[in-house]
Amino acid sequence: MKIAYFAWVRERIGKESETVEPPAEVATVADLVRWLKTRGEEYAYAFENEGVVRAAIDRRHVKPQTSIANAREIAFFPPMTGG
Amino acid sequence: MASAVRIQREPFDAGAEIRALTEGRTDIGAVVTFSGLCRDEGGALSALELEHYAGMAEEELERVAAEARARWPLQGATIIHRYGRIAPGEDIVLVVTASTHRRAAFEAAEFLMDYLKTRAPFWKKEHRADGARGDWVAAKDDDDAAASRWDSKKPG
Repeated sequence: MKIAYFAWVRERIGKESETVEPPAEVATVADLVRWLKTRGEEYAYAFENEGVVRAAIDRRHVKPQTSIANAREIAFFPPMTGG
Repeated sequence: MASAVRIQREPFDAGAEIRALTEGRTDIGAVVTFSGLCRDEGGALSALELEHYAGMAEEELERVAAEARARWPLQGATIIHRYGRIAPGEDIVLVVTASTHRRAAFEAAEFLMDYLKTRAPFWKKEHRADGARGDWVAAKDDDDAAASRWDSKKPG
């Protein structure tokens, strides 16, 4: 699946997007965050305050407990500051 | 109903957007326009950089506009949000609502702004006038509170 990062999440991780194949036991958005945090200190830094970073699956807002099954694109980003 | 959502780098013309909603119509009695502008925070900022999630931003604004149409009797609604580097004094966002009566137009415009601030995937980064590294603008709890008060409110 493709993962995209925005704003300071993107800056901390150091890339706009990547394709990953998480292991089968990674079932929810929260699981995915925990798995990403094991991939390096830049990920641990981006997700250091769990609950701050928001997520979207296929361009719709989702909660941490949402399943990532069949997701094509998952995005992580800070609380929004448009308008 | 005329409804338009646009995400663009270029400036917009609020007057032209009002005319686009009202031209040739005789049933609209009220148009409310809200423009959000870039501030310089007392001279500290030289610009704001607006990042957005292309694709989701359009879809989320469409969802917010559909929610407003479901809640109020609107003859038209326009949302335009800019991205890229925006200088102090320039427009960032435009919301235009048109209805038979003013109350629906006022309330729908306020709802659209409250909702888009907490749901539309845009992020502001500061460019500082003194050349120092600018920070990402932090989201305000007030914005969440402003959006959530509509959850229990029935349109008038």
